[in-house]
Amino acid sequence: MNVPLRHTTASLGLAVVDCDIHPAYRSPADLHPFLPARWREHMTTFGEHLRQGLSGQLAWPRMMASGMRLDAFPDQGPPGSDLDLMRTQHLDANGVEYGMLMQLSRGGMEERNLEFAAALSHAVNEWQLETFVKPEPRLRAGIVVPQEDAAFAVTEIEHRADDPRFVQILISPRSSDPLGHRRYWPIYEAAQRCNRPIALHVQGFSGGHASTASGWPTYYMQEHYAASSGMQNTLTSLVFEGVFERFPGLKVVLIEGGFAWAPALCWRMDKHWERMRKETPHLKRAPSEYVRAHCWFTTQPIEEPEKPAHLADIIGWIGWDRLMFSTDYPHWDFDHPQQVFKFPLTEEQKAQVFRGNAKALYGLT
Amino acid sequence: MKVPYAGAIDCDIHPAMPSAAALLPYLDDYWRDQLVNRHIDRYSFILTSYPPGSPLSARPDWRQAGGAPGGDLADIRRQALDPFGSRLAICNMLHGAVALFNEDMAAALCSAVNDWVAKELLDREPRLRASILVPAHNPALAVKEIERMAGDTRFVQVLLLAMGEMLLGRRIYWPIYAAAETHRLAIGIHAGSSYHHAPTPSGWPAHRVEDYIAQSTAFESQLLSFLAEGVFHKFPGLKLVLIESGVTWLPTLLWRTSKTWRGVRPEVPWIDRPPTDIVRDHVRLTLQPVDAPKNDAEVLLRTLEHIGSDRMLLFSSDYPHWHFDGEDVLPNGFPGDAVRRLLIDNALDTYPRLREEVGGGNNKETKQEAVP
Repeated sequence: MNVPLRHTTASLGLAVVDCDIHPAYRSPADLHPFLPARWREHMTTFGEHLRQGLSGQLAWPRMMASGMRLDAFPDQGPPGSDLDLMRTQHLDANGVEYGMLMQLSRGGMEERNLEFAAALSHAVNEWQLETFVKPEPRLRAGIVVPQEDAAFAVTEIEHRADDPRFVQILISPRSSDPLGHRRYWPIYEAAQRCNRPIALHVQGFSGGHASTASGWPTYYMQEHYAASSGMQNTLTSLVFEGVFERFPGLKVVLIEGGFAWAPALCWRMDKHWERMRKETPHLKRAPSEYVRAHCWFTTQPIEEPEKPAHLADIIGWIGWDRLMFSTDYPHWDFDHPQQVFKFPLTEEQKAQVFRGNAKALYGLT
Repeated sequence: MKVPYAGAIDCDIHPAMPSAAALLPYLDDYWRDQLVNRHIDRYSFILTSYPPGSPLSARPDWRQAGGAPGGDLADIRRQALDPFGSRLAICNMLHGAVALFNEDMAAALCSAVNDWVAKELLDREPRLRASILVPAHNPALAVKEIERMAGDTRFVQVLLLAMGEMLLGRRIYWPIYAAAETHRLAIGIHAGSSYHHAPTPSGWPAHRVEDYIAQSTAFESQLLSFLAEGVFHKFPGLKLVLIESGVTWLPTLLWRTSKTWRGVRPEVPWIDRPPTDIVRDHVRLTLQPVDAPKNDAEVLLRTLEHIGSDRMLLFSSDYPHWHFDGEDVLPNGFPGDAVRRLLIDNALDTYPRLREEVGGGNNKETKQEAVP
């Protein structure tokens, strides 16, 4: 994966919308211009206050170079921090027509001091705009919100509501409560009002709970998949709490959590909902129908069956109109648009997955 | 659809739990005093995962006025054994002892449950087999219980809970697997939670149905734990049975895991072949609840093809839990050429004790010949 590519996607004529690109700071000081003095000083003195035992590093070290493509390191700063390199190496080389920025760390999503979380989120959104989106019109920002305080989150969403460069609202599925809980509903109400999808991207930091129902995994191999198990739990919560019934205009994008599990989860939800439906009478339709109507999935890290065509069964069950291509640039498990599918797609399927579905969802022309 | 012929082996039934008072004769003086003086003998020890009134917990026609479903041996015969023509059925007792924090009390109650099962169920009905209930959160006590029960070959498996204290692949639990391998016992992980952790990595769902759906993700985590920690490498004779886990989540988990493994091999060098192959050799899943669409046989067939093996599924009714009606314990469209493996062969391959002559029980009169 670190061998220089001989052919560029652009030269092969495939334009893509990449629904998962990770920008990065050169250093935390990059945020200082966007923070009030009080929080600048707080950040310098105390830093983030998260729910994990290690400061400034992840508890499951990644497999290579902190989880980055070795060829994605610029001369200075971490991968994703140099817009010029991102352009030449990814946006130009892979024919990226639009790229969705996914800001993960220091977003305020998991910060325990909620006022600091609000200030951080606001600063990160300003920083995305100034550093990436204004200079590079192919990129789109996501509104980072301090999700554990819905009032602060709604303020930030409303602040960005009239700016079309912010196309969605970023929320961590590693939340403090399952995301269907009522305490998060004001966020969904605001999302529906300003017509932005909720983007759930898997996260390395916990909202306060172990990664599995039996505690913490030992190896990164396990934690890597725990994100997908957790995404299933999050989707279950959104469905059974009646979020889609309450907010019929809400759209949710599930990012980097895998997608092949979705049909089996829907069958499982339908089966047990049918038996237990007296417990959730607020649901008016089968769980799978809410997922079909309200959810989109991104491709990376794409599942790879022994027989590649089996994946076509899965996508058929999900719906070809609900899958959106993503690379996860500049992370080590990047999926390349030319190699992501190991079975032949029709022209129509290609057009949907690589471009059309994302353009329709985000209102891009 | 119905079971097409007699002789099936039902790998998951749930006789009703004995009351704590009924366990008193099986406890020593100290624990009898503890239970009586502290009124513990009045508690139900029902796991939160299976509330008695919930539709999932028992089929309406298997409920009876005044008694717990599966609480009477005559009912078990009439409802769980005869209708499906089962030659054998494995009793999995989901007793709340395993959710106690006091490890010694948990161990004493597990022992009492096992002895009660031997005397009240196995001695009286030769078609019944059982799993050994153990206090998994104290592996030393768990091993002691396995050793104590191992001589009774009607016990064919060690029973663990899907959502417990720690992920079960961890080395602290390995003495349990060593004992199981030595005594030709399978390891069975059954759905259910001690609720020592939140059922999801984002906390506590509001509804019971969400908890039940989350069982399949707990099984995913356990399976990955067994793989990543190298349990099957260390114990090549071990069989792991996922009970009441659902089955349709399995293939896509394996696709993803075998892909990830290619990227993370240096972290787990003891995994020396694709995880999919390891799982096909060592892991079995019980049938009910079948989480495929009820009226779409094509989906089931495709999913079975995705699993890529006809040796992994074990027949189960999950009696008295309510997953199907009438005698239609098999999903519609289950391929005929795989039925015999599902009903009989796979269980015999998973539980070597089912092929052995029964021995070690207390009641000599009910001894029977080994299953051919």
